[in-house]
Amino acid sequence: MFKKPMSLLLRIAVMLSAAITVLSLLLIVGYILVKGIPYLTPSLFAFEYNSTNVSLFPSMITTLIMVALALIVSAPIGIFCAIYLVEYAKRGNHLVKYIRITTETLSGIPSIVYGLFGMLFFVTTLKLGFSVLAGSLTLSIMILPLIIRTTEEALKSVPDTYREGSYGLGATRLRTVFVVILPNAVSGILAGIILSIGRIVGETAALIYTAGTIAKIPENLGSSARTLSIHMYSLSSEGLHTNEAYATAVVLLAVVLFINLIANLIAKRFRKGKI
Amino acid sequence: MKNVFNVKNLNLFYGETHALTDVNITLCENEITALIGPSGCGKSSFLRTLNRMNDLIENCKTTGEILFNGENIYGDFDVNLLRKHVGMVFQKPNPFPMSIYDNIAFGPRTHGIKKKSQLDEIVEKSLRDAAMWDEVKDRLKKSAIGLSGGQQQRVCIARALAVAPQVLLMDEPTSALDPISTSKIEDLMNELKEKYTIIIVTHNMQQAARVSDMTAFFLLGEIVEYETTDNLFSLPKDKRTEDYITGRFG
Repeated sequence: MFKKPMSLLLRIAVMLSAAITVLSLLLIVGYILVKGIPYLTPSLFAFEYNSTNVSLFPSMITTLIMVALALIVSAPIGIFCAIYLVEYAKRGNHLVKYIRITTETLSGIPSIVYGLFGMLFFVTTLKLGFSVLAGSLTLSIMILPLIIRTTEEALKSVPDTYREGSYGLGATRLRTVFVVILPNAVSGILAGIILSIGRIVGETAALIYTAGTIAKIPENLGSSARTLSIHMYSLSSEGLHTNEAYATAVVLLAVVLFINLIANLIAKRFRKGKI
Repeated sequence: MKNVFNVKNLNLFYGETHALTDVNITLCENEITALIGPSGCGKSSFLRTLNRMNDLIENCKTTGEILFNGENIYGDFDVNLLRKHVGMVFQKPNPFPMSIYDNIAFGPRTHGIKKKSQLDEIVEKSLRDAAMWDEVKDRLKKSAIGLSGGQQQRVCIARALAVAPQVLLMDEPTSALDPISTSKIEDLMNELKEKYTIIIVTHNMQQAARVSDMTAFFLLGEIVEYETTDNLFSLPKDKRTEDYITGRFG
């Protein structure tokens, strides 16, 4: 079947790579499930955290608050920035070039650097302290490039014929954007926002230095709190509750899987709806 | 006959490319003017200067004057108002992905009409004018995307009529349609010219001969000949026109 030994070799190499990818994923997930599921006890979901039940419930609430706050700040800014880039700015505009370079660079920065910046700027300079507010502001800067990029793609995928049709009827740019273009881009924008939620849920480095690690439901925006990922990090680094850390990992995995599933569903609908 | 458009020394550039050279033409009210010529001769570009759709293209520059009812549209003219008076139907049917009703009502709503009864009236009248009313009156709330290509194009015509334009620009409106839909739209154009001035770009010389009163032949960004359709097709003055309409090139 294989006349040349090279093509046989290549085939083996390709299949091996695929197998390693799938197996390593299965190994990680399987390992976490086996280690974690036995410790998913009701006490782990107790309302209050204490050092014996190490409840993940407060962290879950904090995670939700963190997601909501970060999105409230960055979704409008990101979406409007993308609308400016795609619909308003002229091509070759210098400002557009700078915004593109900025977003690309921002999306490549390691999250620990965001954490450091958040600590120096929000926590220290603005005197917000280790708080939910400082953490969510840091996160909102971190996800801004992702939202801008996905929204840009969603806007660009709206056919130009719609724009022509709208302008051809004497509609202003504002009306064209809000009545014709945005409704057709909304599922793509949503998919980007869900991806950002995934990043927030999975983030630790940027939060340790800005939101702190207190394991209580935050009383207000100024109080310190930990998200699920940080909860897991703390449990495993303290070394006393490694099993509960695995159980938390199972919950975290379920959350991330759920979010990816929704993102895929929306993206699929998006592709189907577009002709 | 009243002049609607009076074009004087129009030149159009896309960056370095000189797309239209010294175009001078007068377009009359309640007539169908056909613009014919080979691909890339500038006929579509010219059509798009009439409602300033070329403004949307980067690096597009225009010199000269286009007087619309005596006013220079490249001077101090509200472009949105211009497009209300000079409607456009595109090559590919482009209804918005919303209901048929909302498609037709988009234009009137743009120009400030909010009352439901008034909108209902405009939608019905526009669809009747576009010979679509009987086909779609029972499914106005359904998406316009579900219609056939020919129906979509007539919805687009109705949508353009809904803002009560004076002129209707049609950029190869039937090139994406089957022969039956094409003949429906040609019949429609004949009815519409009672009320509107129609300027149509077409690749199809039979179509130009069938529907138009006046024909302009474009070649390499210039108007070679502008005549009544009967004269242009039976007694072309210019050798190049004759070559084109007899099918020797293009």
